[in-house]
Amino acid sequence: MDIKKSGIETETKATQEKQELVCIRCPIGCRITVESNPDRTLHITGNTCGRGAEYAEKELTDPTRIVTSTVRVRNGNQPVVSVKTKEDIPKGKIMECMEAIRGVELEAPVHIGDVALADVAGTGVDMVVTKDVGLVTA
Amino acid sequence: MHDVIIIGAGVSGCAVARELSRYDMSVAVLERASDVCEGTSKANSGIVHAGYDAEPGTKKALLNIQGSRRMEELSKELDFPYKRNGSLVLCFEESDRGKLQELLDKGQKNGVENLRILEKEELRKLEPNLSEHVAAALYAPTGGIVCPFGLTIALAENACVNGVEFHLNTEVYSVEKMESEGEAESGTETETEASEESGTEPESEAETRAGRGKKIWYRLETSGGIFESRMVVNAAGVYADVFHNMVSGRKLHITPRKGEYCLFDKTVGDYVSHTVFQLPTKYGKGVLVTPTVHGNLLIGPTAEDIGDKEGVNTTAGGLEDVLKRGGLSVERVPFGKVITSFAGLRAHEDGEDFVIGEPGDAEGFVDVAGIESPGLTCAPAIGEYVAGLIQKRISAPEKKNFTARRTGIPSVALADGAKRQELIRKDPAYANVICRCELVTEGEIMEAIHRPLGATTLDGIKRRTRAGMGRCQAGFCAPKTVEILARELGSDMGEISKAGGESGFLTGYTKAVEWE
Amino acid sequence: MKKRVDILIVGGGPAGLAAAVAAKEAGIRSENILLVERDGELGGILNQCIHNGFGLHTFKEELTGPEYAARYEGKVYDAEIPYLLNTIVVDIRMEKEAEEKESGAMESAPAETGEKNKDGNDSCVNKMKYVTAMNKSEGLLTVEAKAVVLAMGCRERSRGALNIPGYRPAGIYSAGTAQRYVNIEGRMPGREVVILGSGDIGLIMARRMTLEGAKVKLVAELLPYSGGLKRNIVQCLDDFSIPLKLSHTIIDIDGKERVKGVTVAQVDENRRPIAGTEEYISCDTLLLSCGLIPENELSAGLGVTLNPVTSGPVVNESLETDVEGVFACGNVLHVHDLVDYVSEEAENAGRNAAAYIMRGRSEKEMTGSSSGQVIEIKADKGVRYTVPSLLRQKYVQEEQVIRFRVGDAYRDAVLAVYFNDTPVMRINKRAMVPGEMEQVKLKKSKLKDYPELREIRIAIE
Repeated sequence: MDIKKSGIETETKATQEKQELVCIRCPIGCRITVESNPDRTLHITGNTCGRGAEYAEKELTDPTRIVTSTVRVRNGNQPVVSVKTKEDIPKGKIMECMEAIRGVELEAPVHIGDVALADVAGTGVDMVVTKDVGLVTA
Repeated sequence: MHDVIIIGAGVSGCAVARELSRYDMSVAVLERASDVCEGTSKANSGIVHAGYDAEPGTKKALLNIQGSRRMEELSKELDFPYKRNGSLVLCFEESDRGKLQELLDKGQKNGVENLRILEKEELRKLEPNLSEHVAAALYAPTGGIVCPFGLTIALAENACVNGVEFHLNTEVYSVEKMESEGEAESGTETETEASEESGTEPESEAETRAGRGKKIWYRLETSGGIFESRMVVNAAGVYADVFHNMVSGRKLHITPRKGEYCLFDKTVGDYVSHTVFQLPTKYGKGVLVTPTVHGNLLIGPTAEDIGDKEGVNTTAGGLEDVLKRGGLSVERVPFGKVITSFAGLRAHEDGEDFVIGEPGDAEGFVDVAGIESPGLTCAPAIGEYVAGLIQKRISAPEKKNFTARRTGIPSVALADGAKRQELIRKDPAYANVICRCELVTEGEIMEAIHRPLGATTLDGIKRRTRAGMGRCQAGFCAPKTVEILARELGSDMGEISKAGGESGFLTGYTKAVEWE
Repeated sequence: MKKRVDILIVGGGPAGLAAAVAAKEAGIRSENILLVERDGELGGILNQCIHNGFGLHTFKEELTGPEYAARYEGKVYDAEIPYLLNTIVVDIRMEKEAEEKESGAMESAPAETGEKNKDGNDSCVNKMKYVTAMNKSEGLLTVEAKAVVLAMGCRERSRGALNIPGYRPAGIYSAGTAQRYVNIEGRMPGREVVILGSGDIGLIMARRMTLEGAKVKLVAELLPYSGGLKRNIVQCLDDFSIPLKLSHTIIDIDGKERVKGVTVAQVDENRRPIAGTEEYISCDTLLLSCGLIPENELSAGLGVTLNPVTSGPVVNESLETDVEGVFACGNVLHVHDLVDYVSEEAENAGRNAAAYIMRGRSEKEMTGSSSGQVIEIKADKGVRYTVPSLLRQKYVQEEQVIRFRVGDAYRDAVLAVYFNDTPVMRINKRAMVPGEMEQVKLKKSKLKDYPELREIRIAIE
């Protein structure tokens, strides 16, 4: 799938010599350039504050995301229930995570915090329910 | 074999069907779309013209005045929205006053009542938002507005209740004129069935109907199989020339003439109270500015001849033109209040007039072609006129149990408190609002689905109940309406479409899983 | 059916929930509050906003929409505040008007309140509001309320309102409608998607559709900048290599039954398409994320004056509209960027509604009558509007928050506040964008230093 590829691409790019990104920590949106020095340290330019450098380093060395989606819920008052990864997972694992919850089906009622799928895609992070879904009425 | 097959369930076809349903004959309407009122009848100005436009002596002139006079009574009989709001034709140049007078004279010749010329001061009092540049206007108090869907659907439902068959999703591929000597072999069987059903048909009349000696009938190949009929009514709108030319050597040529419109929010629905036309100006043929029966403001149409009979797309230039020309009639067109735009195709025949009747070389094939403006106004009169032509050939007895009255879907939005209470007492679904912009309830939507010729699509619901016609344009209510449609029709949400064919809303489940 | 309450809140989304809880905390008894929600559950649009990023300001943690809603729903349940679901408010009228109207759906106004409230005779009694609502279980119901809080939220701008030319096939959805199909119904509204407008819902849906297996081919934005949050551009588009074309719009929609494709073109500085830049993109779905419009039909019906810039009511420091005892908060007042601000604003509205009830009829000072001083807040250069736009000095809060949006993207600009024509505040701003709400806070004590204050002006310099 395209997306998987894109995730991987970003990872590969990270090991390349020069990478540009836009800081998301505030509305300024600094364009930050990161170059890897031969000693594997990073040379960060374009940021206007410390938070920018921190963001750039994290994005390049260990980009992570919360993944949110839905899973099927049987006998619920709605056909699907929203879920999220309880914590950040590696960005490159997003599509694997989606693949892992594809066939998951819960039985109503479910509650916020219920584990929909433990250790999703080998990340060590649980996928948890983010909405109470009651039994279907009538 | 049918007695009459009508091609096209637009307003003309449905009007003919309704008038024929008074008689004991077997009538079928073939419609390629998934619902009635899916062509030109759904995309026009919704005007009941007073009748001053058409050249005296033409079919347009005659049927216009008849239709205009008939509409009010019909709107009560069949319960559809109609309002006699009066119309104005604006004149912008002093030098054009002559044209205004000509129009008045023509109107009087056509039999239009109470026409008069109004001066600027009077006009501005009548319509405060009229342009500063208006010099005078022709005032036609008999002009009106009608809901084009309401009219068409009412006619169709009433025809259906009175025994007319409607075959939707049935596209006619070809029409062939058939001839045989004496009693036709084919169809005798069906005929017997038909007479058995009607029961009391006298011998002599059956003979008349079978024809004297040579028998002519029509064979229609359709997506729903073969149909055979003694007579055909060709009410196929922009395609009427195609069917006509299949059976007649006297060729017709219909040009789709596109008209684009902008519809405005109800908050500016009272921007004008009359239907405001323009005398043609140096900027071209004018557009009209009118309230609709539902309280919106409508501006349009443009007029552009196109080749594509399916070309109902709006264009950037067209919409710009609509707003610009509307600005000639009224001050400060409320641009920001547009809620939707649409385009319709007028079926313009080269001969300028309606083509109604048999072509001369195809006995029993009745054209209802070239029905452009004022076609909507004329519909009731066209129905009666064409039914008369058919009766001359078929002479069927009148039905004893013909139901002339039809009651529309109750509207919670229009009902007063007591009426609302009554509806809700009858069915609590009338208290469950689905479309918040137009205040349409679940009760109304269910009624639209379950009545004769009920809605099966979102557009069908929209035209019958106005759910989704408001300012959010179905953003909020579409998912709910789709759900109700699926529930009531016993199908899945995924099968519900906007207007049949390939117009489905949903393409599957999330994560590409097919859940049972 | 008939009820009487102190405060009726129209809308059970984030604004309504927070207003209800705050009113109760301010001393209104639970049973005298009524929350009316048109949907089948509380929480409003948050229920379909399943992505994370809500509540950083309020709860210091990142929640998803349903989780954020659940926090406030919990408070409503705990406070035992009564609420009606699947109930739509169809009409709100002021007492006087309602009395004159013949009784149809509504039984006539009770005599006791009717007598006391002849204009100005008894300044301690609130003018009653008559709210007509409908639902399946109770039919038509009339609720008499001393105060009403408007919290109906907003709707999305439709294709029709955008006047995009072309055919009218299936497959054109507002981003929010698509979001409902995907997140609530578990259904896909399309496979190959183009999105017009880079508002946050559009960006969120670009990612959401991609995650669920659709191909999002392009996000086109008419303006030279995105109206969405930076974070969403990075995490919803860049993460999935979805292209964003700024200064582009859709000039034609193809497909007679279902969308087959759209024509995208670049626009010039006047937002007119540039000839020769047209590009046809095949797709079966067009999502629109082109702005939100506060839903003020009820407010307008009641006679509330609306601000043409926000399409929301004109309000004073108490978030009270120019119809006495009718308050507004959340997206019905002005479209917010963060739900945290909605909650904060709504709490304010709820508290003020409670105060209004507890002190009796409010003084009619909105229009600047002699009693007390009214200060007008003027949105000047670069500032599109302010909420509130009037301050009654007597009721100004200790720390009065004034929220607004800017009309353009600014770098290194100054936010200047003038009292009459005296500059009193200059705030250096690194960046301001139309997509994000700005605010200034004024101290009540500071206003007191200017006894002749008539106008506060906010400008970008």
